[in-house]
Amino acid sequence: MEIFLLILTLIMVIGSIIAIETRNLLSSVISVGVVGFCLSIVFLMLGAPDIAITQVVVEILILVILIRATITTDNTSIEKHKDTFAVVTSLIFFGLFLIFAFLAVQEIHQFGDPLMRVSQKYLADGAKETGATNIVTSVLLDYRAYDTIGEATVLFTSIVGAFVILRRRGRKQRKEKDVEKVGILDDEDIKKDFGGF
Amino acid sequence: MNRDIDKEIHNEAHGMTSIVKTVARFLMGIIFIFGAYIILYGHLTPGGGFAGGIILACGYILLTMSFGKEIGLRKLTDNWASILDNTGALLFLVIGLLGFTAGSFFLNFLGKGNIFDLFSAGTIPLNNIAIGIKVLASVFAVFIALSIFGRVVSDYVEDEEV
Repeated sequence: MEIFLLILTLIMVIGSIIAIETRNLLSSVISVGVVGFCLSIVFLMLGAPDIAITQVVVEILILVILIRATITTDNTSIEKHKDTFAVVTSLIFFGLFLIFAFLAVQEIHQFGDPLMRVSQKYLADGAKETGATNIVTSVLLDYRAYDTIGEATVLFTSIVGAFVILRRRGRKQRKEKDVEKVGILDDEDIKKDFGGF
Repeated sequence: MNRDIDKEIHNEAHGMTSIVKTVARFLMGIIFIFGAYIILYGHLTPGGGFAGGIILACGYILLTMSFGKEIGLRKLTDNWASILDNTGALLFLVIGLLGFTAGSFFLNFLGKGNIFDLFSAGTIPLNNIAIGIKVLASVFAVFIALSIFGRVVSDYVEDEEV
């Protein structure tokens, strides 16, 4: 069990290094996908099927969107030259991070040891108080629903931002007959010869 | 399904090859049923509104990518996606505000019911459905915005250069 977890973690580390170092964008995206799927197996083995489901689904979505984005661009490889100053600086900061991480890890609790007593109450009384047998859902949508509405607001704001930035023309000017009409598609646009994907 | 739409679906010019279309047609219903199951049983089994909503959005993305954007946008236009996005967010907020009728914000004011029943746990399944609608619409909207909007812009730029 522990050995299998270590092997998965090693695959994730190798995948991350390949994703950073490779010149081809498509293989970089696929390496990121390998890291994500290994992470979902790790979640499943640590007893968090909720997060494992979410991780798998989001990973598939991100892979689809990123592969579409990389295939459509003509320039799929990166020509870069290594900046020595940047490499030296990042190595120094990585060394500092390792020192402080070593100091911090010595103070941390045992793996799987609960830190807070609040979670004990959720586990003991969650099913009785909320009626939901999925404790994660009862925490998300009953005990901590106020936090969840914050997450929903973040998602909503990001969608609004994406629509505002990626649509070129405003909604009011959409009705003008214009060649460079871009943005929300209506029926006329769909009938026109945009071609398939 | 009338014959015009049937002919348009089998049109090779739109979307991917007919192998992909045949497989996608088999998988589509299963994906949608699985997403609805994950949302509706979110308070009993692993999953919930967020994961189920993304599964439903993946179904729509599969439809859009395999059959082409004409068919995909006919099923769920981006106007409807933004309307559904707002509806889901407002539904979630309204359920939270209705908690004030019994005392406080986001109070679980409905009856708890029997444990392990589908209709139990008060407002939690309703919240799951609201979040599912919201995530479905917003993730599909992001896909449209990133792929189709950008595609149309790049087509326009290519035309201009020629």
